[in-house]
Amino acid sequence: MSEHILLPEGSIEKQTTTLNLGPTHPATHGVFQNILELDGERILKATSTVGYIHRAFEKLAERRPLYQITPITDRLNYCSSPINNMGWHITCEKLLGVDLPKRVDYLRIIIMELARISDHLICNSIVGVDSGAYSGFLYLMQFRELIYEIYEEVCGSRLTTNIGRIGGFERNFTNTAFVKLEKFLATYPKQLKEFETLFNRNRIFMERTIGVGAISAERALNYGFTGPNLRAAGVDYDVRVHTPYSSYQDLEFTIPVGKTGDCYDRFLVRNQEMWQSLSLIEQAYKKVQEFKGAESEVFHADSPAYYLPEKKDVYTKMEALIYHFKIVMGETDIPAGELYSSVEGGNGELGFYLISDGGRSPYRLHFRRPCFIYYQAFPELVQGGMLSDAVITMSSLNLIAGELDA
Amino acid sequence: MPLNNDTIQQTLIQKFGDVLTDWQEPYGMLTFTAPKEINLKVLQFLYDEPTLNFRFLTDLQAVHYPANKGQELAVVYHLHNLVDNVRIRFKVFTDIPKPDVFSATALYQSANFMERETYDFFGVNFTGHPNLIRILNVDEMDYFPMRKEFPLEDQTRVDKDDEMFGR
Repeated sequence: MSEHILLPEGSIEKQTTTLNLGPTHPATHGVFQNILELDGERILKATSTVGYIHRAFEKLAERRPLYQITPITDRLNYCSSPINNMGWHITCEKLLGVDLPKRVDYLRIIIMELARISDHLICNSIVGVDSGAYSGFLYLMQFRELIYEIYEEVCGSRLTTNIGRIGGFERNFTNTAFVKLEKFLATYPKQLKEFETLFNRNRIFMERTIGVGAISAERALNYGFTGPNLRAAGVDYDVRVHTPYSSYQDLEFTIPVGKTGDCYDRFLVRNQEMWQSLSLIEQAYKKVQEFKGAESEVFHADSPAYYLPEKKDVYTKMEALIYHFKIVMGETDIPAGELYSSVEGGNGELGFYLISDGGRSPYRLHFRRPCFIYYQAFPELVQGGMLSDAVITMSSLNLIAGELDA
Repeated sequence: MPLNNDTIQQTLIQKFGDVLTDWQEPYGMLTFTAPKEINLKVLQFLYDEPTLNFRFLTDLQAVHYPANKGQELAVVYHLHNLVDNVRIRFKVFTDIPKPDVFSATALYQSANFMERETYDFFGVNFTGHPNLIRILNVDEMDYFPMRKEFPLEDQTRVDKDDEMFGR
C-alpha cells in the first residue's frame, strides 16, 4: 500500500460524526429532522429542523367559514384530534356567545378524556417500544382501537374525527356508544394496571429513563413547556383547572406532578393522567345518566344560527333548511372580536387566537401548538447524552409532526 | 390584593405613562399597545415586577393590517402569570419597509421558534434573535405568505388540467 489515499477534507481533523436523525427515520415517529454531532455515541450538539409537513393551516383558515375549520384542527395533534375539535368549537362558542347545555359539556368531557387516554397510551407504549419493551404497546393498542370504535359510533370516523359541531354534537350518542364506553371503563383499568406493573419498577426501563432528558422547572417554563411535560418537571399548571372550560369545574380530579422532568417522570405523569381521565369519564358518564326525560335527549345548544341542523330536519323542516343553507354557504357573519381561548390538549395548552372583523371567516387565526413550542428544548435535553437516549427523549416528549408544523 | 386587570393597568401606567395606549378588555383579557421601541422594556418590567410576575410567554405571533398605513404589522404577545392565573395581551405595531422589533429571546427561550415563525410568515425582523431564518417554509422563498397581499388561489379557476389533480 504505497499509494497515498486522499481523504476528503476534514475527515482526519474532524473527530466527530454528523448524523441525520430523520426526517424519515423510524425512531423519530414523525417527519422532523435532527442533525446530531456525535463523539462516538455521545451527542455534542443537536440542531432541529421542522417544517416538512407544513400545510398552511392559518392561511387556509382565513378563507373558510368557522365550521370548515374543524377538519383542519383534526390534523394538528392527530393522536387526540377530538380535543383539538372541541377546543375549536369552544373558541367559536365563546366568540359567538353560545351557551351549552350541561349534558353536552359532559359528553364532551367523555370524548376529550378518551382522546387524552388514547394520546397518552400511544406515547407511553412507544416509550416502551423505544426502550426495547414491545409487549406493553401490543396490549394497550387494543384499547386505542376500542376508543376509536367509540369515536366511530359518535361521529363516523376514527383518526381525523371532525367530531361535534359548533354548539354541540352532530347527533346524540347511540346506545352502542355507551355500551362500548362501559366496556372500555370495565376492561381498561386492568390492562393499564398490568402495563404499569410491566414498566414502573422494571429495572431495565428505569435505568434507561431515569435522569434522561431531564429539565428543571425554571427551564421548562422558560421554554414554554405545558401539559404533561411541564407537570413532570414539577409545575402543576393545567388549563382544565386554571381556566375551566366545558364544566370541568363540576368534576373532581387531581393533577399529577413529577419532580425531575426526566423521561421516567414524564412516563409516570402520563400514566397517572390516564387514571385521572378514567375517573373523569366515570364521573361525567354518571352525570350524563342523571338526566331524565327530554333533558336526556339534549345533544346541542339551542342556537339555530350557528348550529348545523340534523340532516333529517333539513329535509323536512323549513327553518332547518334555511339555516343549513345559510351556514353551509357561509352567509352567517360572525361577530367582530378578538379572542384567545385554550384547552388542555394531549401535549399541553392548545390555544386558538382568533381575530374576526365580522366577515364569514376569521381575519386571522393562530394555533398555539404546544409541541412546536417545547420542541426547541430538544437540543438542550439531549446534549451530552447518548444517541439512544435522544430517541427515548423524543418519544417521551410526545412530538407529533402534525402539531409541529401546522 | 388579588391581581386584576385594573391593578395591572395602573401599575403599567405608573411606570410607562401614556405611551401605552389602546386599553381594551375583549373577552376579559387586558389588551394594550406599546410603541415598538420599548417592547423589551415592557416585557422585562412585566417579568421582573414582583406584583405583576408575568413569567410565561404563552404565544407570540403577528397580524397584518394592510389598511393601517405606517403600522401594517402587529406583533402580539400573550403573557400568563401562572401564580395569580391572569393573562394579558399586548401588541406592538411596525411598518413594513423597516419591520424591526426587538427580540424577546433573551428573556424567553420559547420566543426563539415563535419569532422565527413570525418572521417566516410576516417578515418581522426581530433584532437580536440568534438565528432568524425561515422555519416552516422553504429557505428559498422570497416573500412572506401570511401577508394579506397574497390571497389564496381562486377556487373557481378553470385553467388547470384537472386530470393532474384527480378531478
